[in-house]
Order: sequence, then structure tokens, then C-alpha cells
Amino acid sequence: MTAMAEPEVGRARVRKEDERLITGRTRWTDNIALPGMVHMALLRSPTAHARITAIDTSAAKEMSGVIAVYTGDDLDPGGEVGMPNAWPITPDQKTPRRPMLAQGTVNFAGEAVAAVIARSAAEAEDALAEIDVDYEDLPVVLGLDNAVADGAPLVHEDMGTNKSAEWIFDSAAAGSGGDVQQAMSSSDVVVTRRFRQQRLVPAFMEPRSVVVDPTAPQLTMWSATQVPHILKTMVAMTLGLPEHQVRVIAPDVGGGFGGKLAVTPEECAAVVVAQKLGKPVKWTESRSETMVSAHHGRDQMQDISISASRDGTITGLKVDLLADMGAYLGIVGGGVPVLGAFMFNAIYKIPAYRFSCTTVFTNTTLTDAYRGAGRPEATFAIERIMDELAAELGMDPMQLREKNWIKHDEFPYTTVSTLTYDSGNYEAATAKAMQLFDYDGLRREQAERRARGDRVQLGIGISTFTEMCGLAPSRVLGSLDYGAGGWEHAAIRMLPTGKVEVVTGASPHGQGHETAWSQIVADQLGVGFDDIEILHGDTQSSHKGLDTYGSRSLAVGGIAVVKAAEKVIAKARKVAAHLMEASEDDLEFADGKFTVRGTDTSTAIQDVALAVFAAHDLPEGVEPTLDSEAVYDPENFSFPHGTHLCAAEVDTDTGQVRLRSYVSVDDIGKVINPLIVEGQMHGGLAQGIAQALYEEAVYDEFGTLTSGTFADYLVPSAMDLPSFTTDRTETAATSNPLGVKGVGEAGTIASTPAVVNAVVDAVRHHGVDDIEMPLSPMRVWRAVHKGDTAAGGPGAEAGGGLGSIDSAHGGAQ
Amino acid sequence: MRITVTVDGTSYTDDVEPRTLLVHHLREKLGKTGTVVGCDTSNCGACTVHLNGQSVKSCSVLAVQADGGEVTTVEGLARDGQLHPVQQAFRDNHALQCGFCTPGMIMQSIDLLADNPNPDEEAVREGLEGNLCRCTGYQNIVRAVRDAAGHMRPGAGPEAEQVAGGERTTTGVGGDS
Ligand code: FES
Ligand code: FES
Repeated sequence: MTAMAEPEVGRARVRKEDERLITGRTRWTDNIALPGMVHMALLRSPTAHARITAIDTSAAKEMSGVIAVYTGDDLDPGGEVGMPNAWPITPDQKTPRRPMLAQGTVNFAGEAVAAVIARSAAEAEDALAEIDVDYEDLPVVLGLDNAVADGAPLVHEDMGTNKSAEWIFDSAAAGSGGDVQQAMSSSDVVVTRRFRQQRLVPAFMEPRSVVVDPTAPQLTMWSATQVPHILKTMVAMTLGLPEHQVRVIAPDVGGGFGGKLAVTPEECAAVVVAQKLGKPVKWTESRSETMVSAHHGRDQMQDISISASRDGTITGLKVDLLADMGAYLGIVGGGVPVLGAFMFNAIYKIPAYRFSCTTVFTNTTLTDAYRGAGRPEATFAIERIMDELAAELGMDPMQLREKNWIKHDEFPYTTVSTLTYDSGNYEAATAKAMQLFDYDGLRREQAERRARGDRVQLGIGISTFTEMCGLAPSRVLGSLDYGAGGWEHAAIRMLPTGKVEVVTGASPHGQGHETAWSQIVADQLGVGFDDIEILHGDTQSSHKGLDTYGSRSLAVGGIAVVKAAEKVIAKARKVAAHLMEASEDDLEFADGKFTVRGTDTSTAIQDVALAVFAAHDLPEGVEPTLDSEAVYDPENFSFPHGTHLCAAEVDTDTGQVRLRSYVSVDDIGKVINPLIVEGQMHGGLAQGIAQALYEEAVYDEFGTLTSGTFADYLVPSAMDLPSFTTDRTETAATSNPLGVKGVGEAGTIASTPAVVNAVVDAVRHHGVDDIEMPLSPMRVWRAVHKGDTAAGGPGAEAGGGLGSIDSAHGGAQ
Repeated sequence: MRITVTVDGTSYTDDVEPRTLLVHHLREKLGKTGTVVGCDTSNCGACTVHLNGQSVKSCSVLAVQADGGEVTTVEGLARDGQLHPVQQAFRDNHALQCGFCTPGMIMQSIDLLADNPNPDEEAVREGLEGNLCRCTGYQNIVRAVRDAAGHMRPGAGPEAEQVAGGERTTTGVGGDS
């Protein structure tokens, strides 16, 4: 290595991961084929709520290639196995048992009812058609308001209610602020809105897949999962397996976005079946199965009120949520809206705040984490209502925000929801964004178009967001009744030849950990970027970890890597001092070398590694290893923030929205690799914009998902998205030694309200003050011409979609 | 039915069921797992390969329809360890994250550049409309395709795959390119 290497951290390195992926040398779970492997296919319920009165599998068992057919009772005769919910948000939360295969009743369309095991996937699929299930229909519960209405039919009769839990935060009770009722009743202005967070599908591109090999005492499970470590522990607990006899591998995983943060009935069923047959079993779902059976995201009804004095000073904020859990609770389902509770107050100084949330069951696919998980919902509501408050007060929406946000010299700042924001500079990000966007110029053009009654109106949308990420300090999770901690593990192995293996508990599925972690370690140890290998996603090599979600990998897992490196250096220092016959205190470590201060005597860390391997001459009491591990538990969350500005053109004749420009300036703290950061921003923005304009999981009145394919659920294509202008400001996080904050969710959290604010701003002079998402041309047109802001609604319209399945209900109307 | 298909330069003769999709034949019979399946409605493009010089969604072609044909997958693009310019550009421009859409994106991009060697942004976006990516927001994919255009010699589209491979057989018939 050269003496003064350019630091790796901050370099736009192309990714180590890519070479395999661009040449097709991939290890998707579905690529795995083992000797003697059999295939599982699942029969799924076509109906949303019914009693199963009989299942006849005899004809299916006669089909060619069919080895076995199982029902729920076959896999779990005692009816004892239930998928884990790791976040009971209240002590009295109602948590229905979610079986591997339905037992007694089906509670959503798409719930698995029986499993066929056959020689080939095609034969398994064929046999599904021969299974005869008798269903006795039960009343279908759909829609949040319906589900909580008096006398509503029940999803789970034995529970006596459709409400799972109610969770409340009140700043007066917490001592972090005043009483919101009092604040509101003594304020000049109160603005109240009901916002609907439509249901979304995470739509990772790789369908879920699992392979279980039971042929050794330690069972091996490959799964397209974000959470191999959590899966290992949870599968052991759920099925009563000895944990040390379970190995989980997440090989290449094709995206997750929260959608693969799960412990699924399919995974557990595959384990049980494999054990019964003593053969490797594979299950790979079709996209149509993903759409109905992998968890969805969002789906909240948000009642929000904000109060202020005439000059724009916010005095209080009150939020009441209904959150649709679907038919069961996923692993963190109920916790998703709770994560949002801390973010409604956003970047603003709000003296009084009350939040309540009721989690509700309906006969739909369950909802759980989806990119941002609770925080996009909160950010949407606060950033939308800030625009509404500005309109009410006749203020420029940016001025209103500026009047209320935390100033850069007020950090650290403890918010009304009790979080302490360590750092930030909202002024700097906003100034840069306004300049890149040409805010004043666009406002002028908007005024001109309005004055001349242009058919195409221009709107400007703002979102000055922050988020809490880097999940999470274990003690905070404990105080929220979460079932686990939020630490992360890393280990570094110094090999005799001077190469380095880094083990991480974070489990990537597109984020580029191999590249970023290599950059971090290269700087820490002064070894070459290419001399480092990152090991992850296999509980045998990476035995400890809490995986990847909540923008935690870098801010928690990356710091664990730094801590492990520090331990390596501390061990090496002792040996280096011994080898050079110097005092440890006289050694300096830089660029991979220990140098005796004031001399040119030095030794490289690779030489120390070799000397330790030989172990011929080590100082007294020193173990012959430099290998080190660390478990890092953050003290605080990290708080990325940014200012996003969107200019939207709205054709008032057709309701068509065109995004003319989108500028984001994000402050995510220190950056390890700007190329990766930019990619995360782009992808995040695309998903947030998609919520605003295109995507919605729509159910018809029978509880059938009508947007159940990629023909009907509008994941945007390249044609549907603009080019983004992404830039950054940088305020180092003070909560960790790298100064990093996390970037995985920022774009998704920030962009949805920016887009909707822009569209509403474009047509506000038509009396429009809200339009429900997604802002399909039909909805925008109706808002402008008919004053309908709540166009659509559950089951009524495939938002912006082709609606090709829902012909009975008019599709896209 | 017995079919013979040349895939990435190797000729394979197999018995297949008439209903077998080309993508399943590639993945399950021939071990060409670089090509993937992302949907069941021919919307995602993850399965895109070249059949006789044209990009096709291999989930919407029956294996028997490829009989006598020549298929190139993402695994057959690199030559003597040299990446195809489009592969290289995807890497250089960070045009992939999870990489699941990438084989299809690359194959479709090569086809699009064959038709239009110097596409503007709009043309790239239009040409990739049938390929979904959930990770990248497309911006770097668009950048990569335009970057590749600058590095590709004129006409180095799918046809070039059939003549450039020194070792490769060229038994494909019925090509309409
Ligand atoms: S798998 Fe072929 S288009 Fe989706
Ligand atoms: S890179 Fe993940 S879907 Fe495109």
C-alpha cells in the first residue's frame, strides 16, 4: 500500500457486489437445487372469511408425482403453532393465532389452506386444483370505519372485538409538553383533516422462496428474507426446534423494503414438511401469491388537528389513527403506527401533543413494515397539514415551516414526543434546495399561469422532513415493549496472509454492504479495499445479528464494525510494540502501520497478523489472535433530515399530473459512498412518489384483492418517473463515531407529501384542499370539477390502475 | 416434445412438456439461473433474453417455440472475461441494487441500443417501459444505457452476439434480425 492512501470513506466506489449480479452468477433462493429435493405448492383461499367445513385431498394425492398433501391439522394437530408477533404494543393487545395453514376458518383471501408436495413444482401446482375445500361464508369485515363500528361483524369471533390494541402518547402525561385540548381551545386557528394512507404492496422484485434441508442434524434453511438471524431464533421458538440445530442462510435477496421482514407461515410449513418427509423441500411463490399473501404496508386513517396563533406559531397537535392490521398481526405489525407516533411533530417545536392509535383487524392480507414503517405515514400527515395551515393563515408554506422548526443552534433538542435530536441544520438544507429548485422563479410562473387561466396549472410542494432511524437503542425498544434489542454485531478476522474477513450481522438485499463495509474497514485498519471480504447472511458464519431494516445497517451495524476494528488495533498494538521492542505508548497507528514515534521504525498490521499466526514470539499473556468482535448498542436514534421540493403540472382538463422537477437535499450525516447514497435516494423517491401517484392495493366488497398482479398494481416504470435532482448537506451525527445517520428510507418518507402538496397547490384555487392518494387522473379531475376530494375509497376504485379485474365494480370508473 | 435450442453458444436437445415456458426450461433444465422470474403476467421483464437476436420475455414464450433457435442470456454476454459494454455501464453507473431486475434490464437495454444507438433520456425510458425495477428509481439505469451507447461500436446489438463469439456455434435459424 502507498504511504498516504486516500481515505476510502467518502469515495464513490463502484460496488463489489455487482460483478456477479450483472453476469448472472447469482444465488437467489429459487436457484438452489438439492439432491432429492421436492417442491411445495400452496392452495390459497379464494374467499376472505369463511368456515372450512371439509377438505378432501384424496384426488390430489392420486395425481402424478404427488408425494403428500397436508392440511393445517396435518401439520399442527394440536393447533398450537402461531406465527410470532414480536411487538405487543400494549399488555392487553389482542393477538390472534396465525396458523401455518388455516385451521377452522380462513380470514383473508390468499390465506394458505393446504400444501401439496410433489416431485416437480409443476406437478405440485397441478394437484392443487384437485383439492376440494368446502367453505361456509362468514361476514366479511373491510374498511377501518366499518370494522370499529358498533355491532360490526367480527374477524375473530372469539375476541369479541375487531380492535387489537389502543396505544396513547400524551405530552401532558409524559411531562414533555402541555395539554393539547387546552392548547387547541385557546388558539386562534385550528385546522383539522382526515388523511387516508392507502394500502401498498412492497413489491420487492424477487418473489419469496424458501428451501429447507433436513438431512443433517442441523437443519439448513435458505430463505429470501431480510432477517436470517431473527428467522433462526423465531423458527426455533415457533416450532419448538432446538435453536442450535437450525442454520438460516439468506443468499442473494432481491429486495425487501420491509416486505421480507417477516417470519412466515410458508417458511414454517416448509420446515415441518421437510422434517416429516426427511427430504429437502422448496417453495417459491408466484407473483400472484406474493400480492395476496406477503404482507402489505400503510393502510391508516389519520385524523389530525393542528392549532396555531395568527402569526403562525404552532400551539398544539393532535392525532388519532386507525391502523388496519389485516387479519392477523405480523412480526412488528402493531408497532408500525407506534413508530410513527414520535414523528408527527417532525422538525417543529410543538408545545402540546397527543397521539392515539387503534390497531384494527379486517379480513384482508396483513400489513406490516414497508419502507419507512410508520414514519412515512406520520411525515405525510404533518407535512400535508402544514400546507393546509399555511393556506388557512395566508402564509407562504415555507415561511410557516421556518417559523416553527428547530434552529440549527438549538441542537441537541428534545422534542414534545421525548426524542432528543442530536444534530441537524434545516436552514442549510432548505436554502440549498430552494436555490437548486428556483423556488422564486417557479412561484412566479405559477402566478402567471393562474392569472391567465392556463389549462395546465403549476403547483409547488414542500416536505421538510426528518425521521428517526438506526433502529435502535435497546432500552428504548424495551420501553416500547418490543420483544428484542436493537444492537448489532460485527467480527473481524485477520488472516495470516494479511487479508481480512469481516462478519456482519446486518443482512443486505441490495444496499451494498459489501462495498461500504469494505471502505470502512480499509480506513480503520489501513488495508486495501480489495483485501477485505464481507461475510453475511449465514447464521453459521455470521452467528449473531439483528439484520437489516429501519435504516439501521450503517448507523448500528457499521459502527459495530468500527468497534471491532478498534479492538483489532488494540491487540495488534501490543504485539507490534513487542516486535519493535518499543513501548506501546510510543506507537502511532496510521495507514495500516505502527510506527515508533519520532523514528522510521515501523511494522505493518499484516506483518503483525502473520507474527500472531506463527505465535513464536508473543508478549507474555497475549493470545495468538488479532480477531475481534463487537456488539454495538446505539445510545440514540439517528435523525436524517432534508428539504424536498416538487413542481407538478396538473392538466385541469384531464386531471393528468406531470412531475416537472423534483429536488431533494438530504442531510444524512457523513457519507461512506456517495454513489450508493444517491442510489438509495433515487429508489426511495420512486417508492414515495409511487404512493402519491400510482399505487394502491384495492379490495372489492367481497375482500378480493383486485390489484393482485403487476398489470393492476402500478409499480412505476421508467416512463412514470422524472429525473431527480438529489443533493446533500452534511451535519455529522454526534451519536456515533462515523457521524452517519442512515439513508435507506429518507426518500420514501419525504417524497409522498411533497408530491401531494404540489398537486393540491396547483389546484387550490379551484377550492381543492385535499385529494386522496393515489392521485389518479380521475381523482384529480373530480377534485377540480366536482369538488370530490375523497374520490375512491376502499374498494371503489383501482386508483390510477387498469382495474381490469374488478369489472363488477367499475374498475377505474 | 423434443427440441434443440442453442443457449449462450451451447446446443441442447431435450424433451419438454408442450406447456413448459422458455424461462423454466432455461432455469430448471439448462441451469441458466441467471435469468429470473419476477411475475406471472408478463409485466416485469426480469426474464428478458434474446431469442434469435430479439429481446423477448422468456416467460411469454414456450420452450417449444424456441426449437431450432438461438438464445442469449445475461450469462452469455461477457467474452473472454470482458464484460459487455452494457454490463460494464450498469456497474460503472450503479444501475443496480438488489440486482434481480438486472439480467432483464441489461438484455432489454442491448436490444434498445441495437434499434437506437444513441437514444436520448426519453427514448431510454420508453424502451425500458416493460422492465420493472423496484430499487433504483431508474435514473442510474437510464444513465447507464446512455453511457453504454457511447462505448458501443455501431451495430453492436444483439446481432453482434451471434458473430462475435469466436468459440460459439451459429446454428440459429429463423432469426428475423
Ligand atoms: S417474469 Fe417474465 S415478465 Fe415477469
Ligand atoms: S435492482 Fe432491485 S429490482 Fe432493480
